[in-house]
Amino acid sequence: MDTTRRGMLKTAMTAAGAAVTHDFAHAQDQDHEHEHSHQAVPSDPALRVKSLESLLVEKGLVDPAALDALVDAFEHKLGPRNGARVIARAWVDPAYKKRLLADATSAIAEFGFTSEQGAHMVAVENTPKVHNLIVCTLCSCYPWPVLGLPPVWYKSAPYRSRSVIDPRGVLREFGLELAEEVEVRVWDSTAELRYIVLPERPAGTEKLNEQELAALVTRDAMIGVTKVTLSQSGGPA
Amino acid sequence: MNGVHDMGGMQDMGPIQYEKNEPVFHARWEGRMRALAQAMWAWPQLNIDASRYQIEMIPPVEYLRNSYYENWFAGLTGLIVKRGLVTGAEIETGLPAKGSPKSTPALTPAGVLPVLAKGIVGARDVRVVPLFKVGQRVRARNINPVGHTRLPRYARGKVGTIERDRGVFVFPDTNADFQGEKPQHVYSVRFAARELWGQQAAPRDIVYVDLWDDYLESA
Repeated sequence: MDTTRRGMLKTAMTAAGAAVTHDFAHAQDQDHEHEHSHQAVPSDPALRVKSLESLLVEKGLVDPAALDALVDAFEHKLGPRNGARVIARAWVDPAYKKRLLADATSAIAEFGFTSEQGAHMVAVENTPKVHNLIVCTLCSCYPWPVLGLPPVWYKSAPYRSRSVIDPRGVLREFGLELAEEVEVRVWDSTAELRYIVLPERPAGTEKLNEQELAALVTRDAMIGVTKVTLSQSGGPA
Repeated sequence: MNGVHDMGGMQDMGPIQYEKNEPVFHARWEGRMRALAQAMWAWPQLNIDASRYQIEMIPPVEYLRNSYYENWFAGLTGLIVKRGLVTGAEIETGLPAKGSPKSTPALTPAGVLPVLAKGIVGARDVRVVPLFKVGQRVRARNINPVGHTRLPRYARGKVGTIERDRGVFVFPDTNADFQGEKPQHVYSVRFAARELWGQQAAPRDIVYVDLWDDYLESA
């Protein structure tokens, strides 16, 4: 049973990674009573989404130019570089850091890529004694206005299930071993609050300017699965 | 609903699969799918809670086997049929039913960046009396609704402390069913990891869960 379950999940993970080759045959030979019907729809998700898009455009429910603009924004305008600028500013400007920790929504809106009337943001600060980790156990909530869309692993069952019960084990998988006396704070994004970790500024960066500091800040550090280091590794070894 | 989506605390899901230099989308259709959902959310017939609930209703085996955006496809198509924006037959054929009216898209190209800058806004600017105050000990209710809820199973029945009052937000349990927004306070509730998981948890560790008034009782 164990093997089967693992195998199934591995398939799911591979599908999430490769995506295009996964087939929908399983959905078609089940006769379940759901609103969505799988019958007579092309089996390849690429074709099914294409068919859906063409239907919604035909019915005037979506504007294809808006879809193009959305994809372009997701791929080129949103992303962790925005969040990194926020973090670097907080490192060099104590007054900004204070504002960020007190009211992250307004402080981040100062940069202009989010709106003050937008999603309620919360920044949580790492210190030598406290390490914060962000997760959404129920779905995939993520501060996309500042970090872009979440990576596949963040949305995956292994991360969502384990972060709350074994955060130190999760961090170890990312190559981060925390001392016992460090307090780990896990933030489960169950409501419409979006969290960003303010990582510790690494030692040896005293001479770097704000822009150079921003270049060191990784997406993973702002989720809280790694620390910021001088040699940017960008993920587990 | 005690569905497979509520997976906090489950074990044996395997190692975390990290992809270096991961692209935003792994295939063109993923980007189109993500964009379609965003564009459709602009319609008042849909809301974020209903969208999440629809994905939660995917049969568990499929939910786990599907890739993320395959679940979004199932969720979006299911919801827009349920809400009467399209019919099941139209989804099947990819063609509008004969004589069906043509709408004007709710999201325009000019609206895209402002919408993305806003993100998902659940806060409501209405005065509601909070039922709990910072520092108060609370118990997450032991409820098992068959509908949508954002109270994860692992927190139910557990005692924590109100850390912060985050203000007034739409209540997902009713909003997901279009039974009203029922705005109420949301708190970041601090649970000791050992309260949730017993002695196997590290003694100092904490899990914060954002919970609505209706999920809590005083302890």
